[in-house]
Parts: sequence; structure tokens; C-alpha cells
Amino acid sequence: MNKVKKTAPSTNFMSGTSNPRQKQRERADARFRWYGLAALGLAFAFLIFFFIDIIGQALPAFHQTEVKVTVNYAEAVKSNYNKAVEHKLRRVVSRAWLRTLPRYLAAHPDLVGTSRDEWVPADSRVDQYIKQHDGHGLKTKYQHIVDAMQKENRVRQVFNSGFFNSGDSKLPENAGILAAAVGSVFTLLLTMLVAVPIGVMTAIYLEEFAADNHLTRLIEVNINNLAAIPSILYGLLGLAIFINFMGVPRSSALAGGLTLALMTLPIIIIATRAALRSVPESIRDAAYGLGASSLQVVWHHVLPLAMPGILTGSIIGLAQAMGETAPLIIVGMMAYIPEPPTSILDATTVLPAQVYTWSTESLRGYGERTAAGILVLLTVLLSLNAIAVKLRNRAQQEW
Amino acid sequence: MPQHTFKRFDDELNELKERVLIMGGLVERAIRRALKSLNKYDMERAQKVIERDKTINALEVEIDEMTRTMLALRQPAASDLRFIISTIKIVTDLERIGDLAEGVAAITLQSENNPLTHLDSLNSLADAVVMQVNNALDAFARGDVDAALATIEGDKKVNKLFKGMQREHLSYMIEDPRQITVGLQATNIGRNLERIGDHAVNISEMTIYMVKGHDIRHVDHETAAALISGELEED
Amino acid sequence: MDTELKNKITIRDLKLWYGDFEALHGIDLDIYSGKVTAFIGPSGCGKSTFLRVLNRMNDRIPSCRVQGEVLLDGHNIYDAQIDVVQLRTHIGMVFQKPNPFPKSIYENIAYAPRIHGLVKDTQEMDELVENSLRKASIWDEVKDKLQQPGTALSGGQQQRLCIARTIAVQPDVILMDEPCSALDPIATAKIEELMDELKSDYTIVIVTHNMQQAARVSDYTAYFYLGDLIEHGDTHTIFTSPVNQKTEDYITGRFG
Repeated sequence: MNKVKKTAPSTNFMSGTSNPRQKQRERADARFRWYGLAALGLAFAFLIFFFIDIIGQALPAFHQTEVKVTVNYAEAVKSNYNKAVEHKLRRVVSRAWLRTLPRYLAAHPDLVGTSRDEWVPADSRVDQYIKQHDGHGLKTKYQHIVDAMQKENRVRQVFNSGFFNSGDSKLPENAGILAAAVGSVFTLLLTMLVAVPIGVMTAIYLEEFAADNHLTRLIEVNINNLAAIPSILYGLLGLAIFINFMGVPRSSALAGGLTLALMTLPIIIIATRAALRSVPESIRDAAYGLGASSLQVVWHHVLPLAMPGILTGSIIGLAQAMGETAPLIIVGMMAYIPEPPTSILDATTVLPAQVYTWSTESLRGYGERTAAGILVLLTVLLSLNAIAVKLRNRAQQEW
Repeated sequence: MPQHTFKRFDDELNELKERVLIMGGLVERAIRRALKSLNKYDMERAQKVIERDKTINALEVEIDEMTRTMLALRQPAASDLRFIISTIKIVTDLERIGDLAEGVAAITLQSENNPLTHLDSLNSLADAVVMQVNNALDAFARGDVDAALATIEGDKKVNKLFKGMQREHLSYMIEDPRQITVGLQATNIGRNLERIGDHAVNISEMTIYMVKGHDIRHVDHETAAALISGELEED
Repeated sequence: MDTELKNKITIRDLKLWYGDFEALHGIDLDIYSGKVTAFIGPSGCGKSTFLRVLNRMNDRIPSCRVQGEVLLDGHNIYDAQIDVVQLRTHIGMVFQKPNPFPKSIYENIAYAPRIHGLVKDTQEMDELVENSLRKASIWDEVKDKLQQPGTALSGGQQQRLCIARTIAVQPDVILMDEPCSALDPIATAKIEELMDELKSDYTIVIVTHNMQQAARVSDYTAYFYLGDLIEHGDTHTIFTSPVNQKTEDYITGRFG
């Protein structure tokens, strides 16, 4: 028999005298807690830094500088919009605004020949100069003019509603996210309409009806792998199937939506299967035991209980699709689209693609729009995730 | 028979059986000693038989307590249940046998100044009865159905011997009225012995119930044998 | 024993496989009408599997294959033209873990009658719900909270709700798969009492690990061991003088 030599047992756990092993143990415990806390703190610090940075950069984009100038609605403006303002102010006011004048005059013939003081959008460089951003690119000559106007209170900042209700533009002061937002909505709606029903039905079949054989297992493994492959491959798949084979118009919301649906399917299938599996087997037993048919069991009992989980999974899948750019590059959605699409076949871009496009522009005015675009995207994604969490909580309360 | 999963139950059952056999041993010895004291006019020995009956009674109480506890705590079933139920009944029979032996000793004490005569037939009855008790306890100890059946059958011989002895002493009493007192005493002892024989039969019947699960009380020998061999269904 | 014993279910040479594994080796058993029959035996002996054979709940296991006859009132329930859905309205089932639907108490009872079209209008449904709950001796406890969720009841009440739910489709036979294994002794006693009341209207088959329970509630007991029916007989005989040594060993706790 092995004799186990006992280390001196701690005298008496009630004695109150501390023994060295206890001290050591407590210190190790404390250290362990601190490591975890430090890791958490670091992650949190990064997050905070990111938010402060993005918000700091994005906030100015929500304000647009306006200047008060005398607008001369001369007949000549119809052919040369540059004549509407003084020569020296031509680079101070927004060229995008100037361009609208001939059409504006044509619509309002009674204005021809008049002139008046108006608040008009300033050029992006002036805007950046007023916001005191480095790299504004405004020539010294114009800096003096703007400084002088500022003294005369002819410069102001207003809420930039144009950011939300206009499309992309080659002029930063005129660029907005409307086209991309509408494009995102079209694309996501398509993704949802395609991916959710197909994904849920696939999951129900695999979970409730499919026999447990090699084929089913092969399909399962493949679905799990599909959820993990790089998303750009889905772009290639979408290009091959939808655009080249089925002839869906390039850059359209249809092409993008279908491609994203392909990418979202595995996520929805996996989430739905998990939700179905979490419905206790005893509920199915109960329903089958009462003589319910398979359809009734799934439809009356399993699906209602799994629904919050399915919704959560779908929303998370869609949120991921919403933030996706890589596959959309391949199907041509990374494009300059100034007008919101009116149908799913129109050329379309989406929010993250818009953000990417802006981020590659050199003008300083696009920089803050990039940040603002990110902020909008983040807000939408966080809202979607919040809805998902809410649904999950409601599910847990029910049973 | 394999052991119980709960080993202590086995220990308890063994202990119970042991106690019953010890009690049986005491009872058997009480009968022998009562008869010895009668034959040898040994009043002291007779007195001891009466005193020792207290031990038997105490053992009865102890065994009853054990069976009660086991019924309540172990919830025995099937053979265990039958064993415990049989034990409860057998212990009562043993205690009665003890009382009857004590009765024999008491009569012996009464006859101190007037010793009994013509003890031969009484002794042969006593030998047969002691044999019966011995066989019954053996059959119980071994769970031997055949031996138990033989013991039940053997009671006929005991009854015959008792009848013979009774007739013999009756004729002595008719011949000589002075013999009436001793004659009655002898007949009473005989009756006690005959009753001990009946208890031995009860013990054997419970043994058969214990082993086979058939209740063969109050049926004739042939029916009993048929029941035991399974030729007849109980209803 | 009784003079007129009628077979409700007659099982003849029933074999069952899970894939290549033979789980039941040719069972012959009569289940008598209006009696409680208990299946006992150690874990894995096939008693629960056999119970599920009786209302074809094993159909749900793809690898499961059955051979032999199970005659319910003379009709083989494994015939090709048998409608399993109809069959399960004749043979109801109560499970080990109380499993009310996460719906109201009323809905729990009303669900099955509704999908089978057993009632015409709400008034009839109200009556059926009340009757079912009364028969399951739980009406008095729940009559004021019919719209509350069934899952909010105690374990014992949930199990009686499940029995009421089974009764609501008016079956002939009720199968119970260890119905008290998740309940405390008092809740168990109430279920046992309920079984005693129900057996005048229904044939009850119960699987139990608790031998005392089998002894208390059943009229007939069947002992299963390793996929064989070792002994079947009236409960009194099985528990006082079983014929088979294996039964004897199991009953007296000498198993393994």
C-alpha cells in the first residue's frame, strides 16, 4: 500500500489564524481577477477611443457653412451660371449651387433681371476653412475674402440637411447619403425576402424532418463551412450566377441583394437550427402524443417557441449583410451613384460602399462625410442589434 | 441466492433467521428438560424450565421488534416478504410451545408429593413431539419443503400416540379411583404435548408458504402436495 | 382472479430494432381493459421503448424498426392503412417530465380537441375543458386562473394538467412513462390516487422505476429485463411470490 505523506494539514479552519497557503491562494485569485479586468479595460479603451474619434470627425459634417451673397439673376446666368455672383466670390460659393441656377431661373422667369442678398451654400474649401480643419485647401486670397465676410456676419453654419437628402456628388459640399441609404434599404429588403424564408425552411427541414444520414451530415458540415468563408467569394459566386448566368443588371440592388442573401443564408440556417434545437423535445412529445401532425407540431408549437431565436439570428445576419462591402465590389455596387434608385434594377450603391468611396477621395470635405457615414451605419447596426437583444429577452421571459 | 444490492438488508435477514433458530433451540430444550424433570422427579430442573420461559418470551418480543422495523424500513417484497411474514407467525408458535413446556413443568411441580406413574406411553409421545419440533425447525432452517410436508404428515402419528396414552390412563383411572389425580395430570401433560405437535405443524406450514408462496393451511394433504408441485392453481 | 378479463391491447411476438440492435426480443403480452398494468425493470430493459411501441411514438425515431402484432381491440396498429394521428387520439400519453405547452391552462386542454375537431362551439369547448380538468382532479385548483400559463403551476399540478390534456381527446388507453419521477411524494400520491379513479374509464399502462408505486397502483405487472418480458401476472402474485428467479431478484432488491 502506498503511504501518502500528508502535508501538514491546515490546523483548524475555524481558528482564525491565517496560514501561508491561504494567503498565497488569495493573492493568486486576486491577480487572476486583475488580469481579466485589465483585458476588459483595454478593449473598452479602444472602443471609447474609436467612438470619440469617429464622433469628433463626423459631427462637423452635420453642419454646412453658408455665405450671404448678392445673387444677380441676369438673363446671362441661363447660359453662364458663373455670372450670378461677383467674380471674386465664384470660388467662395458652392459650384453645385451655381449649377442649379440656370434651371432655377428657367422655372422662375419672374426672377429674371432681379438681384437680391441670399444665404447660399459655401464651397467645401471655405466650409473646411471656417471649421478650421487642416488641409482645407483654400487659397490665401479667398481666406482674406472669407475673413472679411465673416466680420460682416455674412457667414453662418446651418444644419446640413443636404447630407441626408441628396446623393453622392463630385463636390463634397453637395455629397449626401440618400442614394446609398435607399440603395441599402432596397438591397437589404431583397436579402431579407430571399434569405429568411429559404433559410428558415431549410433549417426546419434539416432539424425536424431530415433523416440523420451521410447526406444530411454532409450538408450540415457544408453549411457550417459556408458561414466562415471569406465574403468576397460570395461576390464572385453572385457575379457568376446572377450577373453572367441569369443576366441580372450589374450594380443593381437585385444583384447585390441576391449576393448578400447567399452570404446570409448559412448564418440564418445555423441560427434557426439552434433556435429549433433549443425548443424542448418534451414539447414535441406532448404535441405528437396528442395526435398532432408533423405540420401542426412545427407550426403550432415549435416555430412560435423558436421564433425569437430565429428573428435574432436573422437580424444579426442582416446586420452583417448591411455592413458588407467585399462581395458588392465584385457585383459592381462600389460605384458613383448620385441618384437614389427607383427600382431594384437601377444602378445602386449601399452605405458601406459609399463610406469607402468617400474615404478614397482626397478633398478634406469628404473626410468628415466618411466619418458621418460611418456614424449613420453604426447607428443603424446598433439599432438592429438592440432589436435582436430585445427579442431574445422577450423569448426568455416567455418560458 | 444473490445478495441484496443493499448489503445491510442481507445482514438483517440473516440475523433474524439466527434469532428464530436460537429461540427454536431454547424451546426444544425446554420441552426436553420439562420431560426429564418429570421422569426424574427433579423439581429444581422443573423450576428452571419455568424461569427460562422468560428468556423465550423476551426473545419473542425482540424478534417481533426486528420484523416490525424491517417491514417499515425495507419494504420487503416476494421471498423477503414471505420470510418475514412466516417469521412473525413462527415466533408466535414457538412462544406458545414454550408456554406449553412451562405448563408441563408446572404439572411436574404439582405432582411433587404424588409422583406420576406409567410414564412409558407419555414418553413415547414426548419423543415423537420433540422429533416433530426438531424436524419443523430443521425444515425451516433449510427451507426444505419436503421435510416440512413430512412433518405435517407426522402429526397424525403424534395424535395417535396421544389418543393411545389418553385411553391407557383412562383405564388406570377406572381401575383405581385413587389414580384419578395423577391420571388427569398425565393426560394434561399429554394434551400439552399434542398441542406442541400442532404448533410444529403450523411452523411447517409457514415454512412451505415461505418457500413456495402457497398457503396450504386448512387443506388436505393431497391438495397441498398438488399445490406445491404446481399441478393445481391457487385461487 | 376476475371472471371477465377483456384484452384491450394484445401484443404478439413483437420485436424492435434500433438500426442493427435488437432492443425487444419477441414480446407477447395482454393488456386488460379497465386495468392498470405496470411495466417494471432496470434501466435499459426496454420497458419505455415498449410503451412507445403502443402508440407508435417510436415512429419518430428513423432507425427504429418494428415487427410483430400490436392489436388494439383486434386491429393491428402497425397496419399500413392505420392513421397514426387517429391512433394517438385513442391511446394518449403522459410523459416523464411534466410538459405543458407554454400557453394558458385553457389552451393546453383545448388544443387537441380543436385540431381534431371534437367540439362545435366555444360553449362545448368550455364544458370539455372543465370536464377534463375535473376528471384529472385539478379543476378546483385552477378554475380561477384558466388564462394563466400552464407552466406557472407546480410540478404535480403540471402533471395533472398533462393528464387532463390527454383525457380531453377521450382516449381508451392512457400510457404513462414514469409520470411521477420528477415529483415529490405528496404530488406522487395525488397522481396515484388519480390513476385509481381513472382506471374505471380508461385502460392505463404505466412505466415506473418505483416498485412500490407499481405495487400500489397496478393490477397487473410486467417485468422486463434486457429486452425480454420475463414475467407478467397480477401484481399481488408478482410482489409476493413471483415465479421467475430474475423477477424475484429484482423485486427483492438483489439486482446486479
